[in-house]
Amino acid sequence: MTLGTGVNTQQVSLAPSAHLRRRMGYQKAMIAVMVAATLVSVFVTVGIVVSLLPTTFKLLSEITTQLFGTVWAPLFTPPQFGIVPLITGTTMIVVIGMLIGVPFGLAAAIFLSDYATFNVRRIVKPILEILAGIPTVVLGLFGLYILNPELIEKYWPIGDPLAYTGIGAGIMTGILIIPIVASVADDALSSVPRAMREAAYALGATKREVAVKIVFTAGLSGVVAALILAFARAFGETTIALMVAGSYPKLTANPGDPMQTMASFIGFAGIGDAEVGSNAYNTIFLVGSLLFFTTLIFNILGNRFIARFREAYE
Amino acid sequence: MSNTNKVSLESRLSARRIFIDGIFRFFLLLSVTFALGFIFVIVYRLWRNAGWLLSWDLIKNFPSYDIDSAGFQSSITGSIWVVGVATLIALPIGALTALYLESFSNKKSKLQKLVELNIQNLAGVPAVVFGLIGLAFIARGPFSWGFTVGSAAMVIAMLILPVIIIITRESIRAVPPSFKEGALALGATPWQAVYRLVLPYAIPGTATGTILAVSRAIGESAPLLLLGALSFVTFNPTGLDSGFTILPLAIFKYASDSREEFQVLASAGSLILLAILFAMNLSAILLRDRTLRKRNV
Amino acid sequence: MDQTMTNAAVQKKTMQFIDPVFTLTDVSVSYGNFVAVSDVNMQIPSRDITAFIGPSGCGKSTLLRSLNRTNDLIPGAKVHGEVLYHDANLYDAKASAVEVRRRIGMVFQKPNPFPKSIYENVAFGPKVNGRPKKSELDIIVEKSLRSAALWDEVKDRLNDSALGLSGGQQQRLCIARSIAVEPEVILMDEPCSALDPIATLRIEDLMMELKKDYTIVIVTHNMQQAGRVSSYTGFFVTEVNPESDLRTGRLVEFNDTKKIFSNPDDERTEAYVTGKIG
Repeated sequence: MTLGTGVNTQQVSLAPSAHLRRRMGYQKAMIAVMVAATLVSVFVTVGIVVSLLPTTFKLLSEITTQLFGTVWAPLFTPPQFGIVPLITGTTMIVVIGMLIGVPFGLAAAIFLSDYATFNVRRIVKPILEILAGIPTVVLGLFGLYILNPELIEKYWPIGDPLAYTGIGAGIMTGILIIPIVASVADDALSSVPRAMREAAYALGATKREVAVKIVFTAGLSGVVAALILAFARAFGETTIALMVAGSYPKLTANPGDPMQTMASFIGFAGIGDAEVGSNAYNTIFLVGSLLFFTTLIFNILGNRFIARFREAYE
Repeated sequence: MSNTNKVSLESRLSARRIFIDGIFRFFLLLSVTFALGFIFVIVYRLWRNAGWLLSWDLIKNFPSYDIDSAGFQSSITGSIWVVGVATLIALPIGALTALYLESFSNKKSKLQKLVELNIQNLAGVPAVVFGLIGLAFIARGPFSWGFTVGSAAMVIAMLILPVIIIITRESIRAVPPSFKEGALALGATPWQAVYRLVLPYAIPGTATGTILAVSRAIGESAPLLLLGALSFVTFNPTGLDSGFTILPLAIFKYASDSREEFQVLASAGSLILLAILFAMNLSAILLRDRTLRKRNV
Repeated sequence: MDQTMTNAAVQKKTMQFIDPVFTLTDVSVSYGNFVAVSDVNMQIPSRDITAFIGPSGCGKSTLLRSLNRTNDLIPGAKVHGEVLYHDANLYDAKASAVEVRRRIGMVFQKPNPFPKSIYENVAFGPKVNGRPKKSELDIIVEKSLRSAALWDEVKDRLNDSALGLSGGQQQRLCIARSIAVEPEVILMDEPCSALDPIATLRIEDLMMELKKDYTIVIVTHNMQQAGRVSSYTGFFVTEVNPESDLRTGRLVEFNDTKKIFSNPDDERTEAYVTGKIG
């Protein structure tokens, strides 16, 4: 600690000791293990694509013209591959699902973000999570035993209590997606800064006007994300459609009829022990490809919108 | 000195605005009540249908065509086997992935963005697609494990992997960075700092999230439809190569039968399934609360 | 010998010591395009307390953190110039950052005990750096806690959670933790700013004891503290870069503490310590 020439006479080495070298070696090994684990998720996606595409292309090359037909009977002889009934069935059930799920979901979201007190929110949010946890088989059961019979009795009486309806499946799918819409939209609306709400109130706006005209608009990208993600979920739902709308791919505009969706076809056709390489087997993968890539696009889109509202407000 | 200026603070809102506000609020409350009420309606109707059938026998008995001796034991144990093994596979892989992505990788790299995008997309893939890849690769194809517990566990593991990764990452992010800083300042390697300090702190959050992911997996029906779980199985699984069924699909199977006694069985099974899920969610919430309370000491 | 042949301007700012612990030559630290502190030339003496003072934002913490390569953790951080620890270059490719940090420890502004017991907190360092037996660990823990003037207060509750200690006790625990790995240097980044005045004084007393065995470099906002404990002081300011409009920290003067506070060489130093600026 005394003044001096500023020259160092002490020799010092900062090279790692043996023990440190061993620890660094161990760390290297662990990092390799972690990278391997991370690659698993990549391989799963690769696996999905590889399992779907080859069979799809093979089948597609054989039946391209038939795809636009109106009869879907790939498991029969002679097989028919008109995919239109699957498209109408899927569309009808998903649309009905959105018609039910979106209004209720958005109502819940607006309620939670702008109307509910802290204590009410504390009760309602967990209940919404419980709703989200109801297995699809239970929703399907309810649709089959309780909803369908009442609907049929009232609107399409045919006398068969255990009949299938598309609208029943649509309604239950709607109930399925309510929590998704509600939680994603609530996240978005709640992230809108307090300051914006307070500014609107300070101008003499009522609660409704603030919630709908200001908050909702500000959180719009998040709301859109909620809708897109819910749509994707409804699109891919198998069990409810299978249990409530049946397995007959009827081409119809009547929601009271049974119908088949792309997802429920896969579920239905996959139950049996189809021979590998047979038409039946390949068709499952064909429709699976359609399903996978459609939901993929919607999910990517939905997540983009979520990223957008996160950027704006966080 | 009183103020002689006359000021009125009465509402100057038009009747129309007040009216619309009121209607809006009314519909909002109505919708929320309906949405939440569905749960109670569903449970109530199920109970009315089959509450009387509930007894421990339902859990002890195996499926049978005779309603008096029918039960769900094989599907309950099947579910436990499949989801249990799936968690054993997915949890380590998911935790290691999350650790890497949060603490050891270059977060700004393009590769990281790609991997994260991939995980997020996997989280949104319809469950039935995982059944398809299981059918193509695991039950048949290169692995050819057939319709066994092992195949099913692999499929369910793939299903819950993305969720576990996302949840574990959040738990790790919640660890105060001062812990890692302090450990490094003592001459610990980054791995030591993470393994000894960050990971233990993140375990309760991960456990809670995993329980929730697992309860979702227990309720899944679509993927295992394609893996032969819809058979009439009257035995408990004997190993990874054994046949099996799961509770949701046992319910599904009973539901496909139009005889009334089977409808009742299906409803009873639903009640059992809901009870199991409720118990799991409750334990997850309790675990989370207990940890939070301990940490806010 | 080369170190003494620097230009006269540097000679004015740099005090030279016997066997200095740190020798900084033309050191700058930048985060991406932003230069936090630049052109630092100084030597830090061994077994004494050196303080860095100056207004906020002048890069003193950044400079401190570069002394044990803590800045490595921040992506985009780069250290230019030469930082010698005795005769070894801290940033040499062959130097191990982990080894650096074992020898040059750090105590942070906000006490950060690990969520473990008091015993486990102190034992953490020795455990990761070797494989000590339980009996050895017990000795190390007691010795470190005694050196940090904490032993008497916690000896009966070594297995209790460290989070139950008061702020001042937690900070002393962090000091004990650092001591347990037997560093040569302890860097302290505003160690008392989160503590009450009484705890602060206890830590200052502790520092005076510790300097017999350790080299201490402390960054502090509290001028009186620097005046009380340190033997040498470096005074930093920020200068606005006319081109980029960003502020960069600079070392203005490095001197005997008594001189800094009574008769500093630079007028900017005098303005700061007499309270005219900062």
